[in-house]
Amino acid sequence: MNAKQQTQAVIEVNNLETYYGQRKILDGMDFQVDQGEIRVIMGGSGSGKSTLLWYILGLYKPDGGTIKVLGQDINQISFNDHLKLKQNIGVAFQSGALFSSMSVGDNVAFPLREFTDLDENTIRIITRMKLEVVNLGGFHKLMPSQLSGGMIKRAALARAIVMDPRLLIFDEPSAGLDPVVASEIDDLILSLRDTTGVSVVVVTHELDSAFKIADRITVLDQGKNLLTASVEEVKQSKNKRIMDLLQRRSRHDKLDPEDYLRRLTQENYTLS
Amino acid sequence: MKHKVVQKVENLGQLTVQYLERLGFAMRLFWDSFYWLIVGRKYKQRVRFAQIVKHIKMDGVDALPIVLALALVVGMMLAIQLIYALQAFGAQSQVLLAIAKSVTREFSPLITGIIVAGRSGAAIAARIGSQVVSQEIDALKVMGVVPVRYLVLPPLLALMISMPMLIIGADIVAIFGGALFSVGKLDMSITAYMVESFNVLVVGDIIQGLIKSVVFGVIIVLVGATTGFYVTGGAEGVGRATTTAVVVSISFIVLADMIASYFLTQ
Repeated sequence: MNAKQQTQAVIEVNNLETYYGQRKILDGMDFQVDQGEIRVIMGGSGSGKSTLLWYILGLYKPDGGTIKVLGQDINQISFNDHLKLKQNIGVAFQSGALFSSMSVGDNVAFPLREFTDLDENTIRIITRMKLEVVNLGGFHKLMPSQLSGGMIKRAALARAIVMDPRLLIFDEPSAGLDPVVASEIDDLILSLRDTTGVSVVVVTHELDSAFKIADRITVLDQGKNLLTASVEEVKQSKNKRIMDLLQRRSRHDKLDPEDYLRRLTQENYTLS
Repeated sequence: MKHKVVQKVENLGQLTVQYLERLGFAMRLFWDSFYWLIVGRKYKQRVRFAQIVKHIKMDGVDALPIVLALALVVGMMLAIQLIYALQAFGAQSQVLLAIAKSVTREFSPLITGIIVAGRSGAAIAARIGSQVVSQEIDALKVMGVVPVRYLVLPPLLALMISMPMLIIGADIVAIFGGALFSVGKLDMSITAYMVESFNVLVVGDIIQGLIKSVVFGVIIVLVGATTGFYVTGGAEGVGRATTTAVVVSISFIVLADMIASYFLTQ
């Protein structure tokens, strides 16, 4: 990798290892996202998609490997530098994670009130602008409980972009939405990248959505980066795991009844 | 198969480790709260004055009617019992002293602590628990907001301020409650009873109650917050956490009351 490529990477994960108890979740994961790219992460349940996100966001300390975000090793930097870094990252959670005790407007304004010295008028104007971007203009007074699933995702997106971040991270942005609303969210993500040049990482199960927005797709399997390639390359992959994923086939091997019975009756097997 | 006794010992050991872990977590919350109170501004983790005021209103002012009502009842109940007991020694005139001392040193802090644990302890556990479940805590973390500074410090400061105020109110009303029943038996006016009650009290009596109230306030917030942060299992988990927070904080309040009484009455 040359020096130019290094400066362009917004996320660089090298040989990341994480455990949950004795179980290895991420096994020598390598992952890189370039400036201005929309990268979709796909994989079956338990493949390590969300875990990878949580480690990139610095919510947990890895057991091995390095994670660089916007050029900084998140496990080596000071609290203050990490705080500044976090203000350059916008995150939209699967559930939206809007603060239920605050109105939509206050949710979007929250990062501005916490981390800037802007006066209330300016905060109000910026908040309204961001809500307009996600087509929620006029909804600032509503409480999260009064919003539909799609509106919650859009409000979460408005909060994620309110600090004009350089990196946007989405966890299942279209999950649980009807195809029309999901398509609207996809269009918003594309439009944001095209207008602001923000880099985007999206974890999704939705194939249509992934193929529509991704510049490159990373397929994870059993805690490893199985393939990182363009949409066409992923579609044409002959890898069995990827073909199963794209054709929505169960990946479970056929269960051997004898083996199953033996495991059930093992000494250490308890229902608790 | 493991022997049942071995299994039970194992379970007990696991449970002990779990409780010790939570105790350590609560201590960490206490330490972190004051750490962020002191250094928060430097790291853009400011403690909002408005948030503290909001909690003083919610946890202190709003609890005032029920605290005062129960203090009145406790004062009357004490008068009834003490006059009955002291009559046996012909010492019923000492009821005034007994009520004044027991209310300020023991009953006001205890009753107030239990009421506030039921109101605010449960509310803190439910609030934080539901925020854990809905990923609001994760959202705070990824934004760069320290959850302890935002969720624990405001109610902690609010209760450390409002508990002593509640206790002073409860002291006065409980003594008044005692007066309502006692004046007939002692042939005194209510005003004279109240004045005489305050005359027999020394600063140490009041201080003991106030120290206890601050300790109880800290216990309520730490138990509520710890239980909330450990919530698992969705809405049902939040419900369980709420109940646990109330039971555990009341238990700790009674225990702390006994220890404080022992050391402050030497």
